[in-house]
Amino acid sequence: MITGGIPLSDVLLASGALFVIGLVGALLRRNAISIFLSIELMMNAANLTVLGYAAALHNLEGQVVVFLVIAIAAAEAAVGLAIFVALFQHTETIDVNRINLLKW
Amino acid sequence: MTVALGIIPALPLAGFLLCILLGPRLGKSFVTAAGVGSVGLATVAAWTRLIPYLAGTGMPVVERIAPWISAGSFSVDLSLRLDPLSGLMVSFVTFVGFLIHVYSIGYMRHDETDAGYARFFAYMNLFLFAMLTLVLANNFLLMFVGWEGVGLCSYLLIGYYYEKDFAAAAGKKAFVVNRIGDFGFLLGIFAVFSLFGTLDFDGVFTRAAAEPTRFAPGLTVVCLLLFLGAMGKSAQVPLHVWLPDAMAGPTPVSALIHAATMVTAGVYMVTRCNVLFRLAPQAMFVVAVIGGVTAVFAAIIAIAQTDIKRVLAYSTVSQLGYMFLACGVGAYVAGMFHVLTHAFFKACLFLGSGAVIHALGGEQDVRRMGGLAPRLPVTYRTFLVATLALSGIPPLAGFFSKDAILTGVFAVHRPILFAIGLFTAGLTAFYMFRLVSLTFYGEPRMTPEQVNHVHEAPPTMTLPLVVLAFLSMVGGFLGLPEVFGERANRIAAFLAPVLPPVFLPGRAEAGHALPPSTEWLLMGVSVAVAVGGLLLAWKWYAKEGGRPAAKLAASFPAVYALVVDKFRIDELYAVLFVRPFEWLARMLWKVVDVLLIDGVLNAGAFLVELTGDALRFLQTGNVRNYALTFLLGVVALVLIVFGFGGM
Repeated sequence: MITGGIPLSDVLLASGALFVIGLVGALLRRNAISIFLSIELMMNAANLTVLGYAAALHNLEGQVVVFLVIAIAAAEAAVGLAIFVALFQHTETIDVNRINLLKW
Repeated sequence: MTVALGIIPALPLAGFLLCILLGPRLGKSFVTAAGVGSVGLATVAAWTRLIPYLAGTGMPVVERIAPWISAGSFSVDLSLRLDPLSGLMVSFVTFVGFLIHVYSIGYMRHDETDAGYARFFAYMNLFLFAMLTLVLANNFLLMFVGWEGVGLCSYLLIGYYYEKDFAAAAGKKAFVVNRIGDFGFLLGIFAVFSLFGTLDFDGVFTRAAAEPTRFAPGLTVVCLLLFLGAMGKSAQVPLHVWLPDAMAGPTPVSALIHAATMVTAGVYMVTRCNVLFRLAPQAMFVVAVIGGVTAVFAAIIAIAQTDIKRVLAYSTVSQLGYMFLACGVGAYVAGMFHVLTHAFFKACLFLGSGAVIHALGGEQDVRRMGGLAPRLPVTYRTFLVATLALSGIPPLAGFFSKDAILTGVFAVHRPILFAIGLFTAGLTAFYMFRLVSLTFYGEPRMTPEQVNHVHEAPPTMTLPLVVLAFLSMVGGFLGLPEVFGERANRIAAFLAPVLPPVFLPGRAEAGHALPPSTEWLLMGVSVAVAVGGLLLAWKWYAKEGGRPAAKLAASFPAVYALVVDKFRIDELYAVLFVRPFEWLARMLWKVVDVLLIDGVLNAGAFLVELTGDALRFLQTGNVRNYALTFLLGVVALVLIVFGFGGM
């Protein structure tokens, strides 16, 4: 299948690569903001997949969904950043290895 | 204008509500007005209804207040019934109840708080409400409601001084022992319904009388169950143990509930069901035997008691035995007549003993009394009249009713029961005059302070005594024996409508008339026995200061100890029932509850805690570990859904 000249398989490969990069970043980084960015990366990889299929199947619904996800991501980013600011004010750090109060 | 029957029990109920709700706040004057006033009004209401009724034909009047329960073929109304039997009961329940309420004003005024005073009158009013419901009920179920109501009030009033352990225990004992009887009564009611399909008195009795051969086989069991209820309420052997202990309550309670009214409910019930009982001769025989045994058994115990109220309590048990003896031989009129006269003289005796106890500041032991006759003239005279009436000295009330019972027993040719009755009559005269001698004659055996303290009771207490003593004198003329003329026995003529003829095939109705010479002879014998017992007691206790009795007791120490200990029935029950049940309760507590039920719960909780202890190390608090776990979970899910699903 061809989407605007780019084959769907290429789109899926790109989005898969993006997702894995994001996943590895989320798991390995210790800076909370970096983790957060990695998660954004994963989400956008998912968005890309949806867009690729939407183009390939000539269906606009996928694009609508992506718009919605972007809007929600913006809200989520605001909340997430607010949490980090609050966290930093309390603990003077955003290293997730040192923020481990929630345990036995 | 006629007063609705519902008004009669409703007035004491209103008095109860006023006393219990407003009494503690509004004080003693209000409680006196509401508590005594309501009973007074009920008495007036009852008598305005009764006086025209007495002149009438004695046809039963049924007044339906409301439908009560209706389920399929089972339907019961809240309906009241006025017939000669319930009329007789209502007449003295309200009147004697009113006198005892008046007496209570003086008796309870001094030593109680406002709240206690209000509680006392509230319970007394509630008792009268329940008693009137019991008596006026037109079906077994409503009667049972009243029956339980009087039992509850009895419990509440025995335990009136609930801060004293023995009073609280006596209340519980009365309740539990009564429960055994009530259990039988309830089963009896079920059996009546299954046999007759209705609980209305009219329906049951007309059906039973119409087809005696059809119902007679089942009626023996029914009657025995009903009689079990009567045994509990009327303190018959072996369920008599609660009544002597019930004396822990205030004396007016003993007079009202445990002498004059409630304890006669069993006799009333048996008389009410006389049609059923007469169709079950075996049950009648059981009634007569239990009555006779109780009469003599309690009279023997009464001889050796030293607590003035306890002597009267055993005397009550004994007299109730007499009444059942009468019912058991078919002399229902004599039984009810004795209920009536007994209410007068026994209430008078109890109230008199209350006046004595009051005068001595709470002393109840006759060994520390004596010589009270000149110091308490009114109490002494009324007490003496009531004693002579109870002993059966003509022409006082007790003579006629007791003679009617003895004649009834003699007429059915039961020589052993007759001998028991006669022997009990002698014992009765003996123990009553022993009581009078110890209390009122001889030298005072009180402490000097008590002697100085002795004073005659206030008029609210002496007035009821005088009225009751007067009734004990003249009450007997309601039921003169037949030798005084065809119409002399007015009470028998009055009660005739509730004793319809019943014919059981192959069996003649008991109770044919005796020739006048035999009746005169019986009267002479019973008077001789009574006078003999009386003189013996007077000689031993008043003249010789109790020395012959002490000598006699010393020569049979084992027998005497047994009698003093009331034949150790309580101890027997403790071994047979109380201790096994305590053991069972302790076992249920220590083993079943603590070990099993708590054990299962605690084991469950411990298991959960152990699992939690092991699993909590998974919670590192490190976000990245969680993220990794999350990833692994997603991979696993994907593998399951797509990986294996595709294969």
